[in-house]
Amino acid sequence: MTEITNTISIEALKAGDPEAFASFVNLTSAHIYHIALKILGNTQDAEDVLQETYVKALQALSNFEGRSSLSTWLYRIAVNEALMVVRRHKPSSISIEEPDLDEDAESKGMEIVDWCCLPEGELLSSEAKQFLDQAVQHLSAPLRVVFVMRDLESLSVQETAEALNVTESVVKTRLLRARLALRQELSVYYGGKLQEVKHR
Amino acid sequence: MSEHEHSPQCQKLLGNLSEFIDGELQAKLCAELEQHLQGCDNCRIVVNTLRKTIELYRQTNEYTELPVQIRERLYSKLNLITHLRS
Repeated sequence: MTEITNTISIEALKAGDPEAFASFVNLTSAHIYHIALKILGNTQDAEDVLQETYVKALQALSNFEGRSSLSTWLYRIAVNEALMVVRRHKPSSISIEEPDLDEDAESKGMEIVDWCCLPEGELLSSEAKQFLDQAVQHLSAPLRVVFVMRDLESLSVQETAEALNVTESVVKTRLLRARLALRQELSVYYGGKLQEVKHR
Repeated sequence: MSEHEHSPQCQKLLGNLSEFIDGELQAKLCAELEQHLQGCDNCRIVVNTLRKTIELYRQTNEYTELPVQIRERLYSKLNLITHLRS
């Protein structure tokens, strides 16, 4: 999305030009909806976040100072809106800061099963896709947000850190924890599938 | 299935795993870890399955256009309906 927003005139946006704002929405809204959907796992919540993101962006554009890119600024608004929805749904389940990486904790229960050799039909079945989506939803919100921004939206560590207003070190720690947790869940799931394939 | 017991080299790999698979690790450390992988089946499985996990997530969550009705409601909310392009 960074490349897209580089083509938009910030001056026109700040001046309140509706044509420029419409172009901005046209070029970025699918990305914003996509990340909101992946963070929240629910189309209605994702649509609410989408709308609120642009309402807030419209209100705040005149104060945009360009300290981060326009896309990073928009991601920041969207992620804050998504996290507000998470807090509303589960007020006690979210903390802004995740504890630092505990390597012992990370390595506990690390399944060693080589499931990469499973047939594509098993790896990409609708059941497997559903399992993976649920596993992502089981991550804590701070881990899920970083995982979605890095591994789905392909933001850099620096962009992700700027959008979340955390250090790059925090982004790296959360990303590793998220990836390892998902790998672990998939290893248990596909490990079971490997056993099924062997016994056929 | 078995669980992985970690040597100091395995722990070093674990701490640098994301940068390693993203190709963002310093060349010297990367070469060191690649050498470790040649002799450690468990770590090789962890690296391969971690790569596959990310690849599968990307494959099953490909970017899609905004659904038409959601787009229309967004433009309406923002008073931009006259700017709605097909």
